[in-house]
This record gives sequence, structure tokens and C-alpha cells, in this order.
Amino acid sequence: MTAQPVTFLGRAEAIIGTREAQLVNQGMRHLTEMRDSAVAEFPIMDPLRDRARVIRLHALANLDRLLSHFTDQVIEQGGEVHFAADADEANEIVARILEETGSRLVVKSKSMVSEEIHLNPYLEARGIEVVETDLGEFIVQLAGDTPSHIVAPTIHLDRHDIGALFARKLGVPETFDPTELNQIARDHLRQVFLRADAGISGVNVAVAESGSLITVTNEGNGRLITTAPRVHIALLGMERLVSRWVDASVILEVLARSATGQRLSSYTNVVTGPRREADEDGPQQLHVVVIDNGRSQILGSDTAEILACIRCGACLNICPVFRTVGGHAYGTVYSGPFGSIVTPGLLGMEPWWELPYASTLCGACEEVCPIRIQIPSLLLKLRARAAAEGRLPGWLERGIRRYTNTVYTPTKWERAKRLAHTLSSPISRDGWIRRLPGRGRGWTAYRDFPRPARESFSAWWRSNRGT
Amino acid sequence: MEGPTVQLVVTCLVDALAPQVGRATVTVLERAGCQVEFLAGQTCCGQPAFNVGMLTEARRMAGHTLDLLDVTQGPVVVPSGSCAAMMTRHYGELFAATDREQQAERVGSRVRELSQFLVDDLGTGLRASCDGCLVAYHHSCHGLRSLRLRHQAEVLLSEVEMAELEGSEECCGFGGVFAVEMPAVSAAIMNEKLDRIEASGANILVGGDVSCLMHLEGGLRRRNSKIAVKHVAEALAGDDL
Repeated sequence: MTAQPVTFLGRAEAIIGTREAQLVNQGMRHLTEMRDSAVAEFPIMDPLRDRARVIRLHALANLDRLLSHFTDQVIEQGGEVHFAADADEANEIVARILEETGSRLVVKSKSMVSEEIHLNPYLEARGIEVVETDLGEFIVQLAGDTPSHIVAPTIHLDRHDIGALFARKLGVPETFDPTELNQIARDHLRQVFLRADAGISGVNVAVAESGSLITVTNEGNGRLITTAPRVHIALLGMERLVSRWVDASVILEVLARSATGQRLSSYTNVVTGPRREADEDGPQQLHVVVIDNGRSQILGSDTAEILACIRCGACLNICPVFRTVGGHAYGTVYSGPFGSIVTPGLLGMEPWWELPYASTLCGACEEVCPIRIQIPSLLLKLRARAAAEGRLPGWLERGIRRYTNTVYTPTKWERAKRLAHTLSSPISRDGWIRRLPGRGRGWTAYRDFPRPARESFSAWWRSNRGT
Repeated sequence: MEGPTVQLVVTCLVDALAPQVGRATVTVLERAGCQVEFLAGQTCCGQPAFNVGMLTEARRMAGHTLDLLDVTQGPVVVPSGSCAAMMTRHYGELFAATDREQQAERVGSRVRELSQFLVDDLGTGLRASCDGCLVAYHHSCHGLRSLRLRHQAEVLLSEVEMAELEGSEECCGFGGVFAVEMPAVSAAIMNEKLDRIEASGANILVGGDVSCLMHLEGGLRRRNSKIAVKHVAEALAGDDL
């Protein structure tokens, strides 16, 4: 395997113009259209977004109290709660639970936080077999790939890729028919479900008042995972709580519509405690692992608002940069506009400070965010942090300093404009420059640049209107 | 018709790279009955530094612009949604809890983007006209989303034949320093936009921001396209077309 380029731009350049980029763009446009029509037929979407924002911000402001109440409730219902300060601790806790319960085969439903902490390789290194059961994640796992989108992990693949993959890895006859492909995965996974010792799931929303865990999926796998195996381990990002059921219902109303344009996901699964005596099914043990892994640090910073995110992916779907490069360019599981804010917070500014710069600041993300998170403003805050910490490349920092000094002094600005016109003479034709020197080469690699005018506007004004 | 006296802020890009847009803006404002004043010494609003995150530099530039404008009165008209948004929305953030806070509010509240000023404030009857033109309009992001501009340009262009431009409210990929920092990404977004502009059948592209327009025109030139590119002020001034 060749080494992955180390910068966003490097990874992006490797993707732009490829079939992957084309599939991502098509997929994103489709999801955005679905979202738009779902919102159009739902007149109370905007007031509900306002409400959802209040609910999420309230939860963040009271997170300590909610977590404590939630924990009490889970225990009351017969479950156990574990707190993990970082990824290592979270992985250790999961491995210990699996060891103590003698679990060798684990089935997983979709959990982005498990990608965040790199749980699968950790468990596999300890001889535990982990099988992803979300169709997209199953495909990603078979392919040895990574998800390219938090909601649609295989948006960069099409049925031909998947048909070929199944034939190669599962030894089935090659087919490109989506229904048949689905059936192949289902047959394969059903066998695994029956043998699995433990199920690991993520959590979309945790309800503090009852200690309930809500997961939304469009496949039945999430429900099987939390009911069939003996042990259920739920991985909960520390911030994903709401106080009450009435709050959760608002989040669910805006989540599915924003994510896939559905009124409600096909499955809204609620787990409250492990199996009780009268229950016909359900796990004997329920463990909730509450994962911090940098969230406390974000909570105490000027980008805390991003923790209100409910991971619908709408900001990815509409982002012109994400549409062009896809999730893999971001180098981490949380991509797109929200990911560019979350990642430097969770994983540190180095090397992730560059992600907030991977944006045109067009503001389309904020317009679709169901929580109305002020994404461009948060990106700007992280840019200011990066600049203050001296992380900007020298050419950029020097360039802005020089520009500031020039425009701060009007006489220097006048001189600079005249000089730019004169110096551009040998490289200009018809008022345009085909090749700029220095960093300007990046611009002229793809487009012409206008030649600085012979007579600037202010010079014209002086000659014609000046007093 | 006697209109107000306005302070014209042309922006650094218009001043240095597209003075014809500044001259057209003067023509249009005068045609609308305004007295146009232009303060020598104006340079840049500070947006490049602000968007990069270099706030000290942004405050220097913004402070310079504020000091210059604060001794004047009346509307400050800017032929750019992006720079107008910087002055109306971000100056307040930049100087929050500083001794310039009130100044930023005082000046910021006077700032109007050109089409906003002409249509919303003056209710001008000026309309662009152009025989044989099929116009595609590019809504620049900051005007569209920060200033909520949309109908203003449509009113000004209502007597011109308009092309159906798919995704006319999607970003063109310019993004300020982004265009130089991540040129391949910026250009890929631009090329999708240019494909759509070409597919619209338009023979003229009009927009309200020189920044996006020079990026798009630079791209069209690489394609040897015959599509002309004009700022809305030029479209209104007419004889410059």
C-alpha cells in the first residue's frame, strides 16, 4: 500500500477527477435533494430546528447533571456505565468486558465513535473477531477501506464495485443487482448473528430521564445486535444526551429529514436496560461506555457549540468542498464542515489545524444544519486559533502581513498598485496573466488572473472627480 | 430626482484589478440621483486577514477603514456583497468588547451592498437592458447568505432575458485565500460551475462580486469561452457593456 498523502490538499488532489469524486458528488446532490423535499413538505421544520437547537445547547450547558442522571437511570434499569477519558481507555474497557464475558465473536452496528477510537483493529489484535453488520460498514470492512461519509459510508462506491468485492471476498457468483447484493450480505450476516457472543452499537441520542439509548437505522441489524447476543455494549459519545423524551422526539424529527430526507428512519430502536425476567429476548448484560476523548476540552473552548451536532451529515451533503473531494480527503472519520471543527478539537491542532481552511466559507452548511450550528463562524474561530498559535505556512503569514502593511498606508497602496501594473507587463496579454510567479502559480495553474489596471479606480477618481 | 449623498467604498479588488466596475458604480449611483463621494485613502476592509484568522492584521485594516468612514455621514455603498458583509457583520465581532465596538456598530449600520441600496433603499427604477443578451446570474455566497440578497439583482435585471442556471446559488469555489491555498479544490468547484454556465446557453455572466467573477472569468478564458463577464453595476451602466 502506498503511503497516504499527509495534507488535506495532497489527499484531495489524489481524489479530484476520479470516479470516487464523481460518485460522492452525485450521492451528495441526491441526499441534498431528498433533504430539501422532506423539509419542503414539513412546515414546522424551521421552528423545530429552533427548538432542537435550544434542546442541544441546554443539554451541553447541563451535561454534568444529565450524565449523572443518565448513569443512575441505566444502573437502575440493570445496566452498567463505564467512563472512558480517551480512546485507549475506551478500547480497554470494551476488551475487558468482552474478555470477562468470554466473547470471541462480536457483531457491530454502525458507530462512528468506534471508528474514532479505532476499536476494530484494537480488538482484532486481541484475537476477537469483529463483524460490521451495517451494510455500508460491512462493505467497508470487507474492502479494507474506511467510511467516506458518516451517514453513507460507501457513497464512494457503486454496485459494480460492491458486486466485484462480494464475488472476490465471499466467493459468491458476481452480480450487480442491488437486491441480490443485499440478499448476499443478509445471508452471510444472519449466520454471524446467530453465533455472535456480543453486540456493539453506537448511540444517536441518549435520554437522561429514563437511561434509554436510541439508535436510528434503515436496516434491521441495529435491532438484532441489541437483542440477539448475550452482551450489548453501547458506545456513547459523551455529548449525545438530551434531558427528556419530549426532547428526543424533536431531535428525531429533524435528524432523519436532514440526513436522508426520511420522515423517520426505518428503525428507531430504543434500549432501556438489559433483558428483564418477563422479556422474550434481549441481552443478559448491557454496558454503556461513555467516551470523552477530547470532548471535555471542546466543551471548555470557543468551539463548544459543535458538540450540539447530531451527526445528520447534511453539512457534508451540501458542502461544495466535500462534494468535490469526499470524506477520505479529510484523513479522519469526521469529515466535511462539522468534522473540520470536531477533529482539531478531538485529535489536537497538529496536524488537523488545516481542516478549517478546507472551506470556502460559503455558509451553505449553516443553512441546512438542523441545530443551526454557526459552522462558518466556528471555522473562523479555529482559523484564528491556528494563526495565533503560529501554525500558518510562512508564505501565507508573510503575505497577509505584507498586504496589511501596504494597505494600511494609502501611499504604499498607491505605489503597490502602480508597481504591480508595471511588473506584470512582461507576463500579461490582453489584460490577463497566464502564469503568476510564486504562490500565485496555484491560481494560474487553473485560471487566468486579471492584470492590475494601468489606472486604478482611485487614480481615475483623482484625475476626473478629484478636488 | 434628488438622492442622498453616498460614500462609495470600491474595495481593494475593484480599485486595483477592476476599476471599470468602480466607474460603472459611480455612473449608476449618479443616474439614480445620488451625490457620490469617494474618500482617498480607502484601501481594504480587512477580509483577507480576517478569513485567514490573522485577527491583529484584520483589526488594523478594519480600524483604518472605520476611522476613514466614521468622519462622514450617510449611506456607505459597496459594490460587493462579501466586503459589505465583512463590514456589517464581522466588524462587530472583531471589535466586540473593545473601544471600537460602538464605532464598528455606527459605521457598520450605514453599509449597503450596491443592489441592496438601489432596490431596497432607493427603490430605483433603473433596469439593465441588453439586446441579444442571455444572462446567467451568479449569486455570490456572502451576499446571498450573510446579507440575504436575492431579489435585488433579479429586479435590476428584470428587463433582460435570463438563462436558467442550474445551481445558481451554489458556491463558485473562490473562497478568498482558499483559491490560492487549495487551488486544485477551488478549481474543481469552479469547473463544475463553469460547465453549468456553459450549459445554460448564456452569453453573458453577471454577478455582484468582482472576487468570484474574476475567478470565473479567469476560468472561462482558459476554456476559450466566448461568454462575457460583467458586474451588475456594469450591466446597469449599460454603455460599458
